Amino acid sequence: KQTTTRPNPMGILSRKATCNTHGQDSSYFLGWEEYEKNPYDEATNPAGIIQMGLAENQLSFDLIEQWLAANPDPASFKRDGGSVFRDLALFQDYHGLPAFKKALVEFMSEIRGNKVTFDQNKIVLTAGATSANETLMFCLAEPGEAILLPTPYYPGFDRDLKWRTGVEIVPIQCTSANGFQITETALEQAYLDAKTRNLKVKGVLVTNPSNPLGTTLTRPELNLLVNFISDKQIHLISDEIYAGTAFSSPGYVSIMEVLKDKKLEHTELADRVHVVYSLSKDLGLPGFRVGAIYSNDDRVVSAATKMSSFGLVSSQTQYLLAALLSDKKFTRNYIAESQRRLKQRQRSLRKGLEKAGISCLKSNAGLFCWVDMRHLLEANTFEAEMKLWKKIVYEVKLNISPGSSCHCVEPGWFRVCFANMSEETLELAVERLRMFVEENYNDVIPRSRSGHEMLKGLRKKNLTKWVFRLSYSSDREPEER
Amino acid sequence: MLSRRARECHGQESSYFAGWQEYEKNPYHPLHNPSGIIQLGLAENQLESWIANNPEALTLRTDQGQSIFQDLALFQDYHGLPSFKNALADFMSEIRGNKVKFDPNNLVLTAGATSANETLIFCLADPGDAFLLPTPYYPGFDRDLKWRTEVEIVPIHSSSANNFEITTPSLEQAYERATKQLKLNVKGILATNPSNPLGTTLTRGELDRLIDFAMAKGIHIVSDEIYSGTVFDSPDFTSIAEAWSASKRVHIVYSLSKDLGLPGFRVGAIYSNDEKVVAAATKMSSFGLVSSQTQHLLSKMLSDKDMRARYVEENRRRLGKRKDEMVSGLGLAGIGCMRSNAGLFCWVDMRKLLREPSFEAEKELWKEMLFEVGVNVSPGSSFHCSEPGWFRVCFANISEETLGVAMKRIGDFARFRRGYDKTIKWVSAGTREEPYLGR
Repeated sequence: KQTTTRPNPMGILSRKATCNTHGQDSSYFLGWEEYEKNPYDEATNPAGIIQMGLAENQLSFDLIEQWLAANPDPASFKRDGGSVFRDLALFQDYHGLPAFKKALVEFMSEIRGNKVTFDQNKIVLTAGATSANETLMFCLAEPGEAILLPTPYYPGFDRDLKWRTGVEIVPIQCTSANGFQITETALEQAYLDAKTRNLKVKGVLVTNPSNPLGTTLTRPELNLLVNFISDKQIHLISDEIYAGTAFSSPGYVSIMEVLKDKKLEHTELADRVHVVYSLSKDLGLPGFRVGAIYSNDDRVVSAATKMSSFGLVSSQTQYLLAALLSDKKFTRNYIAESQRRLKQRQRSLRKGLEKAGISCLKSNAGLFCWVDMRHLLEANTFEAEMKLWKKIVYEVKLNISPGSSCHCVEPGWFRVCFANMSEETLELAVERLRMFVEENYNDVIPRSRSGHEMLKGLRKKNLTKWVFRLSYSSDREPEER
Repeated sequence: MLSRRARECHGQESSYFAGWQEYEKNPYHPLHNPSGIIQLGLAENQLESWIANNPEALTLRTDQGQSIFQDLALFQDYHGLPSFKNALADFMSEIRGNKVKFDPNNLVLTAGATSANETLIFCLADPGDAFLLPTPYYPGFDRDLKWRTEVEIVPIHSSSANNFEITTPSLEQAYERATKQLKLNVKGILATNPSNPLGTTLTRGELDRLIDFAMAKGIHIVSDEIYSGTVFDSPDFTSIAEAWSASKRVHIVYSLSKDLGLPGFRVGAIYSNDEKVVAAATKMSSFGLVSSQTQHLLSKMLSDKDMRARYVEENRRRLGKRKDEMVSGLGLAGIGCMRSNAGLFCWVDMRKLLREPSFEAEKELWKEMLFEVGVNVSPGSSFHCSEPGWFRVCFANISEETLGVAMKRIGDFARFRRGYDKTIKWVSAGTREEPYLGR
């Protein structure tokens, strides 16, 4: 058997165990650690760090709790007066609990406005999307091959897609010039970059809705992706874990809908399109470890199913969620209400930031905003971004995620979460930020003029302050982050 | 279009899994399908329901009635639920007669032992490295240890001449073969203790041999102790943790699938004294965390000291009794078992039923057992046994009645075969010879 790595006879542990390409040294995780040392608590630690770096959906637990109170049986292993404990305790079939898979695919369909349907025989359950993404990499790519990802992207991908699989990520650079949308030029450039690095490209992975942008992919972008993978004969993975969080227009369009519209459903190309899902964001249940891979390719379903042995979903949890998601009255109401609350909370954050003279990328989904703080940087560099970030963490006491940790090519963008705290805490957070900007920057905060006009004027004013060109540090290797 | 890993799934073509599939198509049921296949190939253990008496562990409320649902729903910390890890560490300690203490900070939770074993191999070995495994071993290892890790398994052969014990010459032989012939870098030994499929605990002598060998070669020992709570007879179980407590090169794999009969809940663990291994494995556990809902339930269950003590005691008693029933049932059919003191199965000697002493004949016998007799037993070749004719037969996953039906079927079959071939002698292998009573 061939191995491309040098022998490591003196190493008592594996290279994987001792390297740091698991990406966990990135600032994304460091900010988290700082928060852990000094976490905000309304009562006990009001001066602590407010966690705005965690994309959790905490807004609609009451809806689930109400359902649990009204439907106590599934959590108690009961059904029709009898106990299902023994059967569940023994149930480790990697094909998953049929009732759960059925309820899950129907839920996925409902989130997509029932414009597409999913076949429960094509879904593979995994312990979270983390496991789903890694498993798909194992199935689709060899060590040393590459996958293209649009930037900015979720920092966890550096670990999930690369670490144990040996697969490389080559970025598709997106910029604020067009709202970070994916362009044909960027796709082709990424493909070329991979070629230059002698890497064989196996596919493209997009997150739709996007983390960290909070936007849904537009139809032109989706069409572009379909054409691209058709042309290059590669895979497309659509990580749709935020699908249920699209709260305003334009509505959510899934890749499956595009395939259907283009009448590509039963083609060879459709076999190369795979969807990743999870209940961690839409239902706010990251602790339950429920993820899924959906593929039209039976071989992928088959291989992924066997691999799911390494991360099956607890049968106890499958049983509970089968009952929850089978209740259509609940799901219909939950989806609508959750989106309404997310929309309202995002608006609170947006308006609050505006008062601080800060704007966001226009977004319609997700649990966060992609915030533009370029005008607050000392210089158009990532060093300046880091400096600003540290101030915000240590002085303003907000843990937000710097764009560099998401591999953004432009310094000055930050991801700020809004769905993991109370309305009051959010108000406090933006107030802290507003005070920070007021105290440290001149003429940033709108005084007499409207927020928007003020910001526009700002941009022009600060043009002279730093060179308005897009650049990124050429000595920054993706692997080091 | 797919990766090589996706196209070649290690180990799943084995008869171990094929028999399982046949069972799924035609499963025995006393009322609905009395002529169906009886599953003696699945090592499960049915748990007495503690649940009925402790509904609070499921209702996701505190004792004061406050909802903990939200906290659990959000809890995805890969360090695991502290209350659960504490209870698990205590439980593991008790199983070992409190002769060792486990530090919960050195425990990493994983989605089952399947995940734990793979994760440990990822931490200890690079692609192309090798691990030595005593045969016969659990067929799943061919997938769990090799598939995505690209690590090789080199068998340490054993023989019935000395009850399949691990010897120093066999260790040396395996190491030689791996390093000189196959040119592989050996990173460690993985042993299952108690053994699957033998159903025996490693002797003190075997443990000493393993430790001396690992020390001499500077390699790891992974001790898969998932059956540690199923030791129902002497000699006592000695964990590697007790035998080589100070070492940083000893790692234990555990799970609640066998001892508590909860394979569906996906609860496994890695225990190591090496903080680097613990750190790496903890991060890797992201790919297979235990559901917080399940951690909560089990933390309540395992924190109940009475329950722990009673359960393990009762479990051992039932297992011992069921094993005796099976051994005498098989003995009446003239079939002997290797003497065992643990596990959920026996290692059964059917060499005398083979047409000839070959693996082809073993496969034929296995198919006859599966399709004609209607019992799914696992052939030794699927466990990489070097001698044909041995089968693993599980006794703990079926009711006493069903076991009786299985024993009758096997008995009839054995007598039928002996009727044809008068040269087959009675098999003793340690059991008392019984005169043929025509039952």
